[in-house]
This record gives sequence, C-alpha cells and structure tokens, in this order.
Amino acid sequence: MKFAVVVFPGSNCDRDMYFAAKDALGEEADLVWYQEADLSDYDAILLPGGFSYGDYLRSGAIAATSQVTEQIRAAAEAGKPILGVCNGFQVLLETGLLPGAMLSNVNQKFMCHYETLIVENNETMFTSHYEKKEKISIPIAHGDGNYYCDEETYQTLLENDQIAFTYENNPNGSVGDIAGITNEAGNVLGMMPHPERAVEKLIGNEDGLRLFQSILTHWRNNHAINA
Amino acid sequence: MPSTLEISPEQIEQQRLYREMGLSDEEFKSITKILGRRPNHTETGLFSVMWSEHCSYKNSKPLLKKFPTEGPHVLQGPGEGAGIIDIGDDQAVVFKIESHNHPSAVEPYQGAATGVGGILRDVFSMGARPIALLNSLRFGSLKHPRVKFLFEEVVNGIAGYGNCVGVPTVGGEVQFDDAYNGNPLVNAMCVGLIDHKDIQKGIAAGIGNTVMYVGAKTGRDGIHGATFASEELSEESEEKRPSVQVGDPFMEKLLIEACLDVIQHDALVGIQDMGAAGLTSSASEMASKAGTGMTMNLDLIPQRELNMTPYEMMLSESQERMLLVVEKGREEEIAQVFKKYDLEAVAVGEVTDTKRFRLTHKGETVADVPVDSLAEDAPVYHQPWRVPAYYKEFQAMDNYIPDVSDYRKTLLDLLKQPTIASKEWVYDQYDSMVQTNTVVRPGSDAAVLRVRGTDKALAMTTDCNSRYIYLDPETGGKIAVAEAARNIVCSGGRPLGLTDGLNFGSPENPEIFWQMEKSVEGMSSACTKLGTPVISGNVSLYNESFGGHAIYPTPIVGMVGLIEETKHITQSHMKKAGDLIYIIGETYPEFGGSELQGMLEGKHFGKALRIDLDIEASRQKQLLKAIQSGFVASAHDLSEGGLAVALAESLFENELGCDVALEGDLTTALFSETQSRYIVSVNPEHQEAFEGEVKDARCIGTVTDDGVLRVKSGEQPVLEEQTTTLKETWKGAIPCLVKSKV
Amino acid sequence: MRKVKIHITLKEGVLDPQGKAVQNSLRSLEYDNVNEVRVGKYMEVMMEDTADIEKQIDRMCDQLLANPVIEDYSYTIEEVV
Repeated sequence: MKFAVVVFPGSNCDRDMYFAAKDALGEEADLVWYQEADLSDYDAILLPGGFSYGDYLRSGAIAATSQVTEQIRAAAEAGKPILGVCNGFQVLLETGLLPGAMLSNVNQKFMCHYETLIVENNETMFTSHYEKKEKISIPIAHGDGNYYCDEETYQTLLENDQIAFTYENNPNGSVGDIAGITNEAGNVLGMMPHPERAVEKLIGNEDGLRLFQSILTHWRNNHAINA
Repeated sequence: MPSTLEISPEQIEQQRLYREMGLSDEEFKSITKILGRRPNHTETGLFSVMWSEHCSYKNSKPLLKKFPTEGPHVLQGPGEGAGIIDIGDDQAVVFKIESHNHPSAVEPYQGAATGVGGILRDVFSMGARPIALLNSLRFGSLKHPRVKFLFEEVVNGIAGYGNCVGVPTVGGEVQFDDAYNGNPLVNAMCVGLIDHKDIQKGIAAGIGNTVMYVGAKTGRDGIHGATFASEELSEESEEKRPSVQVGDPFMEKLLIEACLDVIQHDALVGIQDMGAAGLTSSASEMASKAGTGMTMNLDLIPQRELNMTPYEMMLSESQERMLLVVEKGREEEIAQVFKKYDLEAVAVGEVTDTKRFRLTHKGETVADVPVDSLAEDAPVYHQPWRVPAYYKEFQAMDNYIPDVSDYRKTLLDLLKQPTIASKEWVYDQYDSMVQTNTVVRPGSDAAVLRVRGTDKALAMTTDCNSRYIYLDPETGGKIAVAEAARNIVCSGGRPLGLTDGLNFGSPENPEIFWQMEKSVEGMSSACTKLGTPVISGNVSLYNESFGGHAIYPTPIVGMVGLIEETKHITQSHMKKAGDLIYIIGETYPEFGGSELQGMLEGKHFGKALRIDLDIEASRQKQLLKAIQSGFVASAHDLSEGGLAVALAESLFENELGCDVALEGDLTTALFSETQSRYIVSVNPEHQEAFEGEVKDARCIGTVTDDGVLRVKSGEQPVLEEQTTTLKETWKGAIPCLVKSKV
Repeated sequence: MRKVKIHITLKEGVLDPQGKAVQNSLRSLEYDNVNEVRVGKYMEVMMEDTADIEKQIDRMCDQLLANPVIEDYSYTIEEVV
C-alpha cells in the first residue's frame, strides 16, 4: 500500500506521519510537497499536523486554498482513505470536506500530553482494529482544538455515526467531547490527537498504530475483492 | 566620506555621541587610531555593536579562557554558531545555550520567542537539524503581578515559537527567587543532530565569491539590541521598547528546511545566521574567520521599511535572516533551492582579498574599515575584583541548622515551593513530542531522545542552583556542573560536554566580577574532573534592575549525554512494589542556600554545601555502570529539598508508596541538600550485583503498593502521608499561584 | 485605489474563549460594568477599484478571510489617493 504525506509550508508532523506509515506500519510512503503533488497513484492520503502558513489567519485556512486541495477532494470522492491529523484536520474543515470549524482551546493555551480517547465507531476504515468504546491513550498537541459545529450538524454527526473518537476528559471545550469525525461516506477522518505519535513502545505506546493498521486492512480487503 | 549622513564625524567626536551607542572615550580613541581618521556615523555604529560585551566578550574573555574546551570527541569547540561533539556512527550532536534576558524583561512574549528563534538558527546554520529545545528560566516571586505577567508571557512566547517550528521543547528548569524580581532570566538551548559530512562553517572564503542574503526583510527593529543587552536595565530601557524584535516562527520553519536543503549543495561555501548585531556581525565575522574582506552594496539589502539608512540596516536585528557565501556564478542554483520555500536569496556583496569591510549605499562608500578590527580587535578588560563583604560574613557564620518539628508539614510545604513544585503548568504548553523521538518527556531528571535509525539515545538537561553560587561561587560553580552530570547519569547516559549560559550583574562592579571569576573557576575544575568540556556558550552581563540590585550569579549549565543503548534509559520514578530503595552517599547537616533555609528564613546565608569532585566522579561512574548493567529500576539525584522531596517525587508517577527507615538527625536525613547523592530503586534479584557495583549505596527501605509514603526512625513512625495528597500539593502549587489574584 | 476595512467577528452563539478571557481580565481590573467582550479581526486590503469591487470582497471573505461556519464579516470601502 502506498501513502502520500502532503507537506505544506509550515507542516511539522510530516516526517512523523511518514515514519509511522513507512517504519511502524511497514508500507510505502512518500513526502509530497504541496506544489508538486500528483496524488493519483497513492492509495491513501495523510495530511499531517503542524502550523501550515504559521496558522496565520485561521489554522489550516491558507493551506485549504492551495491547488492540491482539488486533488484531495477528488481522492475523497473516489473513496480513498484520507486522514487529517491536528493541522490536517483543520485543513479538512477549512476545505469543507468535513463539517464544522475549529476554535481556540477553551483555556486559551496550547496543550501537549496524553489524552484518553473513546472509540465511538469501530466500523470505519480507520478504526476496525479497535473495540467499540475501547479506551486508548493518544497524545494531543494543539492550541486550536476546540471543535465547533451547530446543534443540527452535531445531530447529523450522531445519526450518521460520524463521530469516530471522543475525549474521556474533554481538554479543549469541543462540542460533544469530539476528538475525531469522519465524513458521511466514512473515508475522510479528521482528528486532533496524534496517532502517529503513538506507534512505538519506546516513545510511549502503540495505541495509534492500530489506526494505520485499520487503513491497511481495509485496503487489503478491497484489493482482494478487486483482484 | 559621503555627505548623505546626517551626523558628521566631527559631531560624533565633539558631542561624544559614541557614548550613547555604548562606546567609551578610550574605545572611540582606539577606533580613530585604527582608521587613521574619525569614524563616520555608520562606522561608529559598526564598532559599537561589535565591541559590545554581547559580541566581543570584552569583559569575560579572560574568564572564558579558563574553561576546558577540548576532548577527543569534540569536533567543534567555542567560536562557531554552536559546538559539536561526536557520538559515533559518523553522527554528531550540536548544541548551544543563549540568553535573551533584556528583551524578555521589556517584552516577555517576543523576547522569549526570538530567543528560541536565535538559538535554533545557531544550530541549523551549522548544518544540523534541530531535534530539541530546552530552557532555563528565572523569575522573581510570583507574589508580584509584574513577575506573574513575565512568567506567563515568557512561557507563552517559548511555546508560540517552538511549537510552530516543530522542534520539541523537552526540558528545562524554572526557579523563582526575589533576586530576579526586576530582571528575569530567559536562556534557551537548542540541540541538533548532524552527519559529520554536513558540518558547515560560517566563513566567507574564496575571493570573488558572492555574498547572499536570505530570509525576512530588514526593518528598523532591534537596532542596538546587542548594546541594549550589555547595559543595566533602567527606567529608560522601558523607553527603548521599540528596539525589541518580533519573531516569525513560520519564516523560521521555512528557513530551517531550506537551509538543510542548501547545505547539500556544493555551491555553498559558508553560512551564518544574523543574530545579535545582525548584518554587521555575520558579515564581518565570516570574512574575519576566512582571512578575507567583503564589500556589500546596501541598496540590494531587502528592506521592509522606507528610507532606511546604512546605519539602520547594518544594526537592525530583524529576525529570521541568514547570510550565505556561494561560489561565483552559481547564485541562481542557490536561489532556486530557496524559491521552493517562497524565500528569496539575493546577492548583496562579494568576498574580497582586501581584509576590509566596505559598504556602499547609493553609489557612495559609507563604511570602510579593517575587517579584523571589528571581529578581533575589541578591547579586552581585566576587571578588578574584590571579595564581597557578604561572602566574608557568610564564611564566618556558624553552621545553620533549621528547627523542624513537624516533618510531614515541612515536606508538604516544600513541595509547594515554586522552585520544587511540578512544572507541568509550564511544559504542558510546549510540544514535547513532535519529531517522535522523545522517550523521556519533561519532568524527569533529564530529557531523553532516541537517535532514529540507531539504538542510541541522547540525554539532555539544564541546571544551575544559583543560591549555592551566591553563597560561594566557586563551590556553587562546581555543583552546577556536577548536578547536570548527575542528571545525565541518572537517565543512563555518559555526560559528553556542556554549553554555558553565564548570567551575571555588572562586571564593572568588582564584587560581581569576583563572583564571575570564582564560579567559572569552579565550573572549570568540575568540567575537567568529569570529562565534560565546554563546547559553546553565551555571556549575559549587566543583569541588574532599578537601584543596582544584581541577580544571583547564574551560570547555567546545558549538558548533553550519550546513552549507548536504549535499554539503558532510566527514569526517576519508581516502578513497582517490592523494589529496594537505596540512598547513595553520606548525608551531612548542610542547609546553607537550601530550599528549607529559604522557606523558613526568607533568605539564604551561611556557608554553601561542600562538594568533593573525586567522590562525585567515582559515584557517577559506579552508578552509570550499574544502570548499564541493568541493575537499576529508577534513579533520581537528590537536589532541592533533599531526600524527602526526592522520595516523594519518585513515587508520584505510579502513585506508589514506600517504607523507609532513617537514622541520625531526622531534619538532616530528610531535608539536607548534601551533594553527590542519589536515590535509586533496585529489583531484589539485583540486590547483590548492585551493592557490589555501587560502594556507597545503603538500603533504606522498600517500595510499597499502598500509596503511602512512610518514614520511620528506628521503630518510631515520623512521617506518613498519602502519595496522592503529596502529589496534588506538588502539582497544584504553580497553577494556584498563577491564578491567585494579587 | 481603495482601502477596504474588513471586520471579522465570531457569529452570535459561538463561544469566544479569547473574549471570555479578556472579559475576565477586565473584571479583575475592576471594570465591573463590562458585560461581554467579543474578540474579532480587523484587516485592511488595498486594492484597485473595479466595477464589481463589492462582489470581489464578498468572494474574498467567503473563500478565505472569514470562515462562514463560525464567523461573520462586514466592511467599508474608502477612497485613497
């Protein structure tokens, strides 16, 4: 399986994402500079964390206007897995591929530590290796991670099982304790916590690795059917 | 000389305008002699910044020479952007610490942020990828609203910059003391990793080669920053506020990636960042180091503001700028590398064989001075020293023994002291994990990062107990180095070397100069004994606030160690019930400069603690060997608050308990800060092997799973408290102080 | 040449943590009569005048300058020489 990690100016978790896919998961991965990207050959697209364009204007807003988002949109429509973590999630929100918007943390401070997440939906292509309602420990590192959507959107998220992860102890003020959501089709996941930081025992734990393994399993199953 | 300058050389001399720029009458005279004429306005500016303490070390040079700087593993000692130490496998570690005290006192957010930016550039301009940031901070008492504001904004500034550039802030220290009420200290350290083949130098070699400017445009910000950093803070420094620079971490991130790309390009000859004294220092130092000269056409300098004068351009400290020397004719290739990141590399000058630094502006020569006169010929002052009265008084005092009856309450009170209390409120705001190499995050004795692609890891720490140094600079200087090394050893590492951040008051005060000299001598002897050369550093003097109150002498040690195998990585927290608890080293009634003394008496006095460097070195060796042999479950050095605090801290992570029996005077056993001691836990199966390895270890109890810290004297219980209660007290203290209304 | 002054504010009903923090600070400075603070953004855009300048500005705001999920915007256009 072949992963593309899209690098924007100011991305800073791009290499972490690359190492997670390549070394921890053991699949092919490329770092793809946003201006030179040709995403058509990739099986999955990873939008890494960081501060694209310095988080100027709004987190993710300027990256969302770049040309490459058209390719990301096309890949989303084609059903490819697209994972946006942290700033990648913010980019997905700003492009409209996921509903809602991001506000600054309710305490107005950047925060970096492990949070306990609850797997709300384990029937997505990103979460099949988890149990439903399983508690996992994944690091967060953000200043703007306070997910916002209006009541109607929130109800839709609930009805469609689009909420993938919630926080056990909401650290940032997110609506409905939301830590990660998918699109309606289930192939685009945005989440604030960093699964790519939890792929090795040495640097913490392996709770995030199963997210990447889920993507791989989904791809293998699809591949087997198509072949 | 041209007529476009508003102030004439005659005016500068007659009205002594050079004094405002920080030059003395003597210095101005020697400049006139060097040039054979009076310097014009721009030239006076060049000399004033290059001859400032910040750039020339004119007051500290004689002291810095005392540091041991060499070793078989040292690839680059002091003199370049940062020092470099070999770690095997053709890899090396690059590191340096730098202060940003004065800017942070005036505008804490930007002062701290640009401090981080500057130290990053020092490291990546050597060709290294920055892998970690640390810091060492000193503030006054959090009772004062201004101090609280400074504390919050400094932390915010460090976070704002470090998090954005994607370099983890993995460790550091924060201490609070009234001595810093008017003058906070903000020292930032950066650690980078490099392959030997990529090591760069800041040289302008090759006559005819092109000088290129990259990064942010030049504005009027930070003019005279280097001079500002070399003056005492006064009411007027508040007015100098516009000279504080504003940082752009996004630009820095682009510069990091672009510079790491460009060092792979064979057209690059030299690269240096524009730090203090901006364009002046980077350009003249690069030429001076290469034994060449340089001309620059200032019309070509990218400018952010209109009508900038040569003086302003040369002295601007606008951030996020680099100076490159590239092979003639290959400028476009270099420019292309930067273009990918939307950065413009502009040719602004040429390397010459004249050994002169010549600047032109609008067709006129606006400066023409011997390049070495700027970078090399600054005067060196051997300041007079005098033993301070307070030191004589302290030495004559009887040994101070505190009066403690309630050990439980004393422990709880100590855990609440801001210097001891958990710094989670601080480091939670730093991204400590980005780059996914962080094995031991902030909160243990040292931070540990694995070296990706190998089984090695690096341990790193910043340390300095300035109270000990105030009481006795020489002993305190030894302790600062020893404590840093102890922290590295506790993490399973062999100390490699250090970077020093020397923060003092005015060197023109003989008593302060004595503090400087003695602490440097103490540090040097510890460096020699422990095999840790000084490979880089920074000097910040004139740290005095309104009314001439100098800070405590604060020579900060930033140390890096090598952990040969990741399985050696050890942390301070105890692992499981049943493990045996050992204290390594004898304990004496020593409380001068201790946390307990400060808490009970509201001040520090008396003799400092003793340290025997032979004992220090041999214990470090023994403990490291025991750790490497796998005998040690946890290791923690004893520092502020003594055994009681260290014991409590070791239990917090896993909320364990302990049964410990102590002998002798309990106040001493629990709270003395005697040096060269550790507390370690050992699985009983390794008992014999461990005791065989570490001679001075004495078993004092066991780890328990009932979550209660219990200390007995004989059969008599003397201290008993729930670990969770101790932990909450320790964790809650700083958030509580920050939130509380003043 | 026109100077466009754009104000971007959080929508009614969207929690404004920054505004809340400022409000609390003002209260602690004893401005007891402060009821609410909302923090927004202000931008100045210098642009050549065109017939459909307002349409252009609306598009800019919708596309990039404001996020319609959480923000409202308003603007004024001034002539500059």
